[in-house]
Amino acid sequence: MIKTDILIIGAGPTGLFAVFEAGLLKLKCHILDALPQAGGQLSELYPKKPIFDIPGFPEVLAGDLIHNLREQIKQFEPGFTFGERAETIEKQEDGSFIVTSNKGKKFNAPVIAIAGGLGSFEPRKPLIDGLKFYEDKGIKYFIKNPEKFRDKRVVIAGGGDSALDWSIFLSNIASEVTLVHRRNEFRGALDSVDKVQELKDAGKIKLITPAEVVGIKGAEHIESVDLDENGAHRNVPCDYFIPLFGLTPKLGPIANWGLEIEKNAIKVNNALDYQTNIPGIFAIGDVNTYPGKLKLILCGFHEATLMCQAAYQIINPGKKFVMKYTTVSGIDGFDGTRKEAPKSVVKAID
Amino acid sequence: MTQDITIKITDREGITHEVQAPTDMNMNVMELVSAYELAPAGTIGICGGMAMCASCQCYILNQVTLPEMSDDEEAMLSEAFNVKDNSRLGCQIYLTNALGGLEIALAPES
Repeated sequence: MIKTDILIIGAGPTGLFAVFEAGLLKLKCHILDALPQAGGQLSELYPKKPIFDIPGFPEVLAGDLIHNLREQIKQFEPGFTFGERAETIEKQEDGSFIVTSNKGKKFNAPVIAIAGGLGSFEPRKPLIDGLKFYEDKGIKYFIKNPEKFRDKRVVIAGGGDSALDWSIFLSNIASEVTLVHRRNEFRGALDSVDKVQELKDAGKIKLITPAEVVGIKGAEHIESVDLDENGAHRNVPCDYFIPLFGLTPKLGPIANWGLEIEKNAIKVNNALDYQTNIPGIFAIGDVNTYPGKLKLILCGFHEATLMCQAAYQIINPGKKFVMKYTTVSGIDGFDGTRKEAPKSVVKAID
Repeated sequence: MTQDITIKITDREGITHEVQAPTDMNMNVMELVSAYELAPAGTIGICGGMAMCASCQCYILNQVTLPEMSDDEEAMLSEAFNVKDNSRLGCQIYLTNALGGLEIALAPES
């Protein structure tokens, strides 16, 4: 069981910055995120796009902002659990919560801060009859263990980076890789497109375009997929079908935690501290809603700051503290480091 | 002062709304749908308008000259679901006077 002061669900900019504000109040944080890396939408959707409305940064790439936030919170030594989704929550007798991930990992904290953005990112599933039946019988939306595909026949569908990258990777492992896409053009890094072209020419990847997977066949396991290739039917025998059509955010299991939900977001008390209807559970950033809500990163930073002040009171009831300016007080990291403004020199001039 | 234009939007429930759309606010069709709350928050404009999610996919119902499709839009539509010949991404259609009278229907959520 991982014990911490604040369990932050979501490693986007708001969740990351909450670690900093909590650190100033000497509160430790652990971050849980369903994606394999920090950054949320910024890393998943638009790492190379510029953002122009972060105060103090005339222009910053989304990926760089996440990198900087991680640098900024480093001395507060947050724990990270990536690739796991918060599934259930239970209130304990001492008032704290135990959150369990979809992989069974448990986290215990007196304060939960949901900074889940638009929700956890889940694969976009193609509209194919019987898809669900085959989900544990040969359909894979993520590739966790490529060895599973050794000497197997794999059909990958999609036209973006994931489809290209995994086709390249699996061409060395699988006995047969077929890449199916609705167009002849792919949207991916030029290197990857060139590499797929090379592998296709070498006969290591079978490319079928413009085509679409429209059906799945097999009794107990996938045996083949049906394609619509420019209006013509074609059947491709395979052991695995990997549709890679990107990810879409869903509020997911958090929607069943008893929190008040409005407009696909969690209702919070914005006049005070962004607490939800369950005391001790806060929602900050894009995941919350209140009158006048704006889904902006800069608003998420503000919400995280106020949330931490309220969290301090829950964790240290009755204990006095005052908000401090970092320029005046410096920053004491949990790793023993200290950052502070250089002292002015007082020296007489002869 | 610029004039608003009128656009007919059929929501995902099949109800048609006639809305006034400003042309001087650099708004696009996805933002117009959100502003009038014709699709629940969180089900449209998920990527913020970067042609990266297709949650604002709509079908163009009448003959109005639209801006040409960019490579990004075309690529996204090639990966989206429920795509028809008249599919476009609402976030890529900016509101201008030329769009007066446009009629669209929102594609199902996927």
